[in-house]
Amino acid sequence: MNRLEIDALLDDPGTRILVCCGSGGVGKTTTAAALGLRAAERGRDVVVLTIDPARRLAQSMGLTELDNTPRRVVDVDETKGGSLHAMMLDMKRTFDEIVEQHADPERAQQILDNPFYQSLSAGFAGTQEYMAMEKLGQLHATGEWDLIVVDTPPSRSALDFLDAPQRLGSFLDGRLIRILSAPAKVGGRGALKFLSAGMGMMTGALSKVVGTHLLTDIQTFVAALDTTFGGFRKRADATYKLLQARGTSFLVVAAPEKDALREAAYFVDRLGTERMPLAGLVLNRVHATSAGRLSAERSLAAAESLTERADDLDDPGDGESADDAPRPADLRLVAGLLTLHAERLRMIDREERTRTRFTSIHPEVRVTEVPALPGDVHDLAGLRVIGESLGSG
Amino acid sequence: MPPPRAERAAPSRRAAAVTTWPAGARTTDGDADWEGVRLHVVSGKGGTGKTTVAAALALALATGGRRTLLVEVEGRQGIAQLFDCPHLPYEDRRIAVAPGGGEVYALAIDPEEALLEYLDMFYHLGRAGKGLKKLGAIDFATTIAPGLRDVLLTGKACESARRRVQGAFAYDAVVMDAPPTGRIARFLNVNTEVAGLARFGPIHTQAEAVMGVIRSAQTAVHLVTLLEEMPVQETVDGVAELRASGLPTGGVVINMARPPLQAEDESDTGRRLTPELLEAGLLAGGIKPTRPLVAALLGEADEHASRIELESTGRALVRGLDLPVYELPLLADGMDLGGLYRLAEALREQGMA
Repeated sequence: MNRLEIDALLDDPGTRILVCCGSGGVGKTTTAAALGLRAAERGRDVVVLTIDPARRLAQSMGLTELDNTPRRVVDVDETKGGSLHAMMLDMKRTFDEIVEQHADPERAQQILDNPFYQSLSAGFAGTQEYMAMEKLGQLHATGEWDLIVVDTPPSRSALDFLDAPQRLGSFLDGRLIRILSAPAKVGGRGALKFLSAGMGMMTGALSKVVGTHLLTDIQTFVAALDTTFGGFRKRADATYKLLQARGTSFLVVAAPEKDALREAAYFVDRLGTERMPLAGLVLNRVHATSAGRLSAERSLAAAESLTERADDLDDPGDGESADDAPRPADLRLVAGLLTLHAERLRMIDREERTRTRFTSIHPEVRVTEVPALPGDVHDLAGLRVIGESLGSG
Repeated sequence: MPPPRAERAAPSRRAAAVTTWPAGARTTDGDADWEGVRLHVVSGKGGTGKTTVAAALALALATGGRRTLLVEVEGRQGIAQLFDCPHLPYEDRRIAVAPGGGEVYALAIDPEEALLEYLDMFYHLGRAGKGLKKLGAIDFATTIAPGLRDVLLTGKACESARRRVQGAFAYDAVVMDAPPTGRIARFLNVNTEVAGLARFGPIHTQAEAVMGVIRSAQTAVHLVTLLEEMPVQETVDGVAELRASGLPTGGVVINMARPPLQAEDESDTGRRLTPELLEAGLLAGGIKPTRPLVAALLGEADEHASRIELESTGRALVRGLDLPVYELPLLADGMDLGGLYRLAEALREQGMA
């Protein structure tokens, strides 16, 4: 297995953006936070952009309010000259800010009040991804940080992060929008007659399906959006380029499970196609044992014989047992532990096979592993432990 | 489209005469917790295994000669992967046979296809529908326009649940592998979402009809969780959100629960186990208790104890929700088709189906 040297990556001043992707539930947010903290304590000025952190983790990083600006994290060891800022993405706020930035106040208010905009900014499945990229672009443009660590939205597929912004961009720039906005721009439905008969039929069909009232709302929204800041596509493209730029690295996060690693493999392929630089794979929640020499079989056999002994001792009529003889409860305790150990070995075995499947398809991908912890991480000390594993993984 | 039900549709009249079911098959009538529910919505935090649980539930509900439909709405072909079958089309396909002669069908709902079907059904927009597609309008409606996509997805699931073939329901139950907990209330509450956009008109009407089914006693929203902090928290939040939105809550399925090792309190394993005790036990079991081995095993015991403690905190939170709770074991060898049948059996034993 090709080892991923996290510390070398974090220490390299050429590393400017680290994007953590992966399917839902694999520990992306924690990984991003741990990487940010480690980099900061190794001397870099870091900002971590998180999307949806667990409440207690957020609190421990001082992210008590969603104000869409980076906050300095206290209790970070800054002796090496680094610092850590963190922020939670507020997608609606980010969208609103774009509107406010690009339109005069009156126009902006008109857009912000439009029910269609309100739904789009809060609800559209790709908005979060788009806004995450937008925010990344903004953070990058300030030049205040020498490393930006990005956590990606909790979508089911890692690919959504790459696809959604373009989809939104191409929609807002597309033919449909132009057709819809045409009549509204020149003052109402009268303009429809200039369209070809075929187009007329389309708009007719559209209004029949969505209803004239909704169509008018969409038209007003689109026209307002279009005249104030056209070129949404261009914007999306620019952010996309940033992801291909030098200094950007992707980390694919996964757990040693079939589904998560399958997603990871898709993503690795996709990064290759897009010519986006993959730093490596972070494999979270890997089980390990330092008692590997005691095999599952022997462990189970011993457990079985101990349980039998315990049952024998339980038998009424045995009378008082000698003081130094092990008590049945204790034997069962040890039997339970041996069963646990056997189960752990089976799990390790399965994880190993799943990982080998991945690494034999993608032998070039560097991997670092983080052991499974019994509980969730919700403080800086916990993040440091994760960071330590990432570094030595 | 499944074939019209031959054996099961007719019995209503004959049932009085022929009351016995095939041996070994339990009828779910009267026994199961969710009798009368036609649409089972299965949600859960990412990574909790909601596709697996939805599939196991569909299998369990089909047991004993019933017919169920398992639908997926996120276009990720999770069902096909689970059942090890080719890519599912936008069409009901039989994917499994349940114990006792039941059948499980599957359908991957594609919003684009659903919209075209909808347009054709209600507006006879055969050609214009295609034109709309070229124009990007279909793409718009299914991916960008907020709420419309969800109207289509939930609409199709509701339609499947209510579809009748020759007078009888085409399916005894429909199980939906739904979006994750964080989005579920919003997803099911298409009405509210769409109301801000379409206060009247055809979309509004369709949304109303869908809500009629979803809010009724014919629907139950089940949440899948693990006994870990974040999934449990999300489940608690999700139930609160469902209740606040007036959506019908179902049960909570604790997935990948650790099997109890022994009857007594498990956390004792780590607590009371001293090195001396472990050494004696290992010796008694015929294993040489080297110092590294004892240390390593004690470490594993400690880890287990703290995990069990976290789990019991989580379990208490889940139980506090005042909903039926089901537990599915962690399959140490990973998930496969055989495991799926075992999980289905476990759900039946616990009365979920």
